[in-house]
Amino acid sequence: MYAFEYKRPASLAEAAQLLSGDDEAKLVAGGQTFIPTLKQRLAQPSTVIDLGAIGELAGIREEAGGVTIGAMTRHGQVASNDVVRRVIPSLAGMAEVIGDPQVRNLGTLGGSIANNDPAADYPGALLALQATIRTNKREIAADDFLTGMFDTALEADEIIKEVHFKKPDVGHYEKFRNPASRYAIVGAYVTRYGGTVRVAITGAGACAHRWSAAESALGGNFAADAVAGLTVDAGDLNSDIHASADYRAHLVKVMTQRAVKACA
Amino acid sequence: MTKVSMTINGKEMSGEVEGRTLLVDFLRQNLGLTGTHVGCDTSQCGCCVVHVDGRSVKACTMLAVQANGSKVTTIEGLAAADGALHPVQAAFREHHGLQCGFCTPGMIMSAVDLLQHNANPTEHEVREWLEGNICRCTGYHNIVKAILAAAESMRGGVAHAAE
Ligand SMILES: Cc1cc2nc3c(=O)[nH]c(=O)nc-3n(C[C@H](O)[C@H](O)[C@H](O)COP(=O)(O)OP(=O)(O)OC[C@H]3O[C@@H](n4cnc5c(N)ncnc54)[C@H](O)[C@@H]3O)c2cc1C
Ligand code: FES
Ligand code: FES
Repeated sequence: MYAFEYKRPASLAEAAQLLSGDDEAKLVAGGQTFIPTLKQRLAQPSTVIDLGAIGELAGIREEAGGVTIGAMTRHGQVASNDVVRRVIPSLAGMAEVIGDPQVRNLGTLGGSIANNDPAADYPGALLALQATIRTNKREIAADDFLTGMFDTALEADEIIKEVHFKKPDVGHYEKFRNPASRYAIVGAYVTRYGGTVRVAITGAGACAHRWSAAESALGGNFAADAVAGLTVDAGDLNSDIHASADYRAHLVKVMTQRAVKACA
Repeated sequence: MTKVSMTINGKEMSGEVEGRTLLVDFLRQNLGLTGTHVGCDTSQCGCCVVHVDGRSVKACTMLAVQANGSKVTTIEGLAAADGALHPVQAAFREHHGLQCGFCTPGMIMSAVDLLQHNANPTEHEVREWLEGNICRCTGYHNIVKAILAAAESMRGGVAHAAE
């Protein structure tokens, strides 16, 4: 790790000021991605701004029938929280299959979506649960937030404050885990809001995205068979040592079907 | 350099660290608490697990400054003052839950965290919980056996409800 200066602001305003005053400054939340990045010397920040002491970024509350979760909320807290389990149980279930218990004790919602790893779980949940990302500057709809591999609509000096998730009638996240890392090789998060269905796919492509052909098919007939006849184009999908693009294309359909079945 | 202070195994301790100093390096190098091991240094193996404010974390993936002001428990802090082993430590010895012992401090700290919020885990729950702890020797079987036995003895000798 290269040397850096460490700051631990007590408010969001103070953190924003530190960040906008220094182009080389970086935020740290749970550190489960950022610290490994620093160790590999893939980043050389002048200052590391720790969001850990900012009360405004913590907490979970019910809002407008859905759930609002502070950016610094740990995956383990989401998995075990009574409000999340009651209002959007599929979201608690998703948080419970991230990494391992120690990663879940530190890793945060804000850190996961800011990082937007193609194999991360939360980005799919943003799309499936029609989330709104609230930052220190504005509100961003999930569909506009994820812009590419490890890329988001966030500006360099923007800080995620909280995320609002809309409660679906039913929903389920089905994940095919990499047996070693536990990241998603492919994950499918399916939700139904009245007659509208959302299918968010993670792990398969450059970043989480919606599978619109499946959404229309399932909107007409919310049953696993409805997607049986669809084909997934492997052309845009990732191919690596863990899985070929063709295998991922196959998994997209299988995971979607399993998620639909689990919704029933 | 920044001064950090923590309550480690019940004692107030402090030291000077750089921003980039990892919690595990602070424990091992500044304080000489070498029971916490470093296996991979890449957040995978769980040899470095300690408790920070009651929750198990990988001390190789946390900065010492992030733990400033916290309560930290390491493997050295588990046994009673008179040297009596913690029930999880005793069970690892009794059930041969270790061979080379390198992974053991992390395994035990992880298991103690599990048992503090699930006093009666199933074998499946124990295996799932150990996701972040890697052992190159035992094949896990005796580790799982030890943790289930420790859970039973900590509940006062009642066997698992499902059995
Ligand atoms: C062994 C292991 C297994 C894992 N398995 C999984 C898995 O199965 N699924 C999965 O989804 N993830 C997995 N992860 C990643 C984990 O969920 C991370 O916690 C997460 O990706 C990053 O969250 P963090 O809080 O640790 O963020 P950090 O590492 O602290 O930060 C990540 C990035 O986000 C930025 N950032 C953080 N907070 C904010 C904010 N509020 N506003 C703006 N920018 C911000 C930081 O500047 C940094 O660039 C795994 C990690 C490890 C080490
Ligand atoms: S040394 Fe920390 S996880 Fe391996
Ligand atoms: S006992 Fe040797 S690594 Fe576990």
